Amino acid sequence: MKGDVVLTAKNLTRHYSIDRGTFRSPAILKALDGASFTLVKGKTLAVVGESGCGKSTLARLVTMIEKPTSGSLVIGGVDVVSADKQILQGLHKTVQIVFQDPYGSLNPRQKIGHALEEPLLVNTPMSKAERRNAAEKIINLVGLRPEHYDRYPHMFSGGQRQRIAVARALMLNPSIVVLDEPVSALDVSIQAQILNLIATLQEQFDLAYLFISHDLSVVRHIADEVMVMYLGKPVEAGSRDTIFERPHHPYTRALLSATPVADPFRVKERIVLRGELPSPIAPPSGCAFHPRCPSMTDICREKFPETRDIDGCRVACFHPKTYE
Amino acid sequence: MTETVTLEAVDSRPTGTRAMLLEFWSYFSENRGAVIGLAFFIAVVLVAVFANFIAPHAPNEQYRDALLQPPFWQEGGSLKFPLGTDAIGRDMLSRLIHGAQYSLFIGCIVVSLALAAGVVLGLAAGFFRGRVDTFIMRIMDIVLAFPSLLLALVLVAVLGPSLINAMIAIAIVQQPHYVRLTRAAVMGAMTKDYVTAARVIGVRSLRLMFVTILPNCMAPLIVQAALSFSTAILDAAALGFLGMGAQPPTPEWGTMLAEAREFILRAWWVVTFPGIAILTTVLAINLMGDGLRDALDPKLKRS
Repeated sequence: MKGDVVLTAKNLTRHYSIDRGTFRSPAILKALDGASFTLVKGKTLAVVGESGCGKSTLARLVTMIEKPTSGSLVIGGVDVVSADKQILQGLHKTVQIVFQDPYGSLNPRQKIGHALEEPLLVNTPMSKAERRNAAEKIINLVGLRPEHYDRYPHMFSGGQRQRIAVARALMLNPSIVVLDEPVSALDVSIQAQILNLIATLQEQFDLAYLFISHDLSVVRHIADEVMVMYLGKPVEAGSRDTIFERPHHPYTRALLSATPVADPFRVKERIVLRGELPSPIAPPSGCAFHPRCPSMTDICREKFPETRDIDGCRVACFHPKTYE
Repeated sequence: MTETVTLEAVDSRPTGTRAMLLEFWSYFSENRGAVIGLAFFIAVVLVAVFANFIAPHAPNEQYRDALLQPPFWQEGGSLKFPLGTDAIGRDMLSRLIHGAQYSLFIGCIVVSLALAAGVVLGLAAGFFRGRVDTFIMRIMDIVLAFPSLLLALVLVAVLGPSLINAMIAIAIVQQPHYVRLTRAAVMGAMTKDYVTAARVIGVRSLRLMFVTILPNCMAPLIVQAALSFSTAILDAAALGFLGMGAQPPTPEWGTMLAEAREFILRAWWVVTFPGIAILTTVLAINLMGDGLRDALDPKLKRS
């Protein structure tokens, strides 16, 4: 059913311990530090933020490539953290991923047809003819031609490869697809084709998307909900229209002001962030964003702002911009 | 709902094994030394395969009336024994021709043994990392710390001198190189997205190792196999020369050298011809291996 919640994450955390040599204790890298969100059938949640903010770690946790350090991740009613191996094996089918780099995500020694059939081969008892049938059907669905079945990945362009990657993700009829910057490696003209394909497939199969991107104009095009992350923590989350029309968090506002808009008469409010993204090994005290924040006060240095609801958005800030 | 798709230009280069072989040949044939090496190697293979038809005499037949007869162009030589005879009247040419069989046999067995063991251990080390990796690699380091021929000698001394044991010893000595190469290639491949993608699809470890990762690591292994083929022949000849490999009267080239050692001043042909046979075969295989490396190494490829 449309509107069903298929994934719930609460306080999802992933820390890596980094070895610093024999005589120093290992450092803790907080790649993801307490993210909560839900994925809903037929809807897209976009995760945005600059590089190093934990977007890809989030993708790895949701696809169960890695286990969260703490927090809970419930997929289809099953808690991933406590589930045993057998249940997890079955659960793998429900979450699939499309990677950013279409040149690295396809095995160069595997024909396209075989790459598409592999998920069925290892997960289902289907016969060879049935598998081939399914693969040819999906090749058609993503806008490739049947004769591409016998080709190797190096014979395709980036856009076509990304179609193949999408097709492979759909082979097992997943309910959740993680799209890890699926179009940022493509030409703009081809980006639109892939985005349209992704949108069409979502409608057709009622898929829940976790769309990871740093391109806000793409996010505006495809997302239903948006979550903005900074240094492993979500700073603002809400519906697309609220985030884009009435951003509350200063970081969101800075990001939005940096997006180019093709309108020469628009008056731009340009917020320039100073400094670099701090190291996630030694994050700043209090609100992680305070060293770069234009509306920083003393309290930001001392305490981490709790998430609170401001007209439909969950914002973690002491001084959000309010709209009346 | 229907989406109009404008397809990007489709790459219409031919596909399949035939095209791959053609591309490989176009790279390989640029290197003249490699082509000569390949031609010579093929000739040696043919000689070995048809040894029974080509050789004028049986390798162990002794002609008591023609001991240490020189080659035909020297005084006292005859066309009955084109390359002369050895100390007990056996035809040198026939022995050399049959010796080619042994050399190729040694090369094939040693390379397959070392390759099989090395690939499995290297895959395990590169795939599982951690303790498995440390355990395997430290053992390999120990094997590598010995001079290879010395270690082979010790192993043969323990196992007992015979051709089979010599081959096993050489395979053990060579296999750390394969382990290291495979491990490095596997570690490179493990970070690729397609490996992660295969994991997400639900591919289990064993299939991931042998079906997804291994085929992408083959190029350096093929080169190493070709080059260590010649090392195997050389080491086997050395062991044979030292009396630790093939035992007389086997017409193995190294053993022939050892038997003929005492006649080196009186009859040059009994030592020279086996030596030349070893030299040219090893040289040909090395030239071929270099050509293979140039043709298969993606880093040296022009696109």
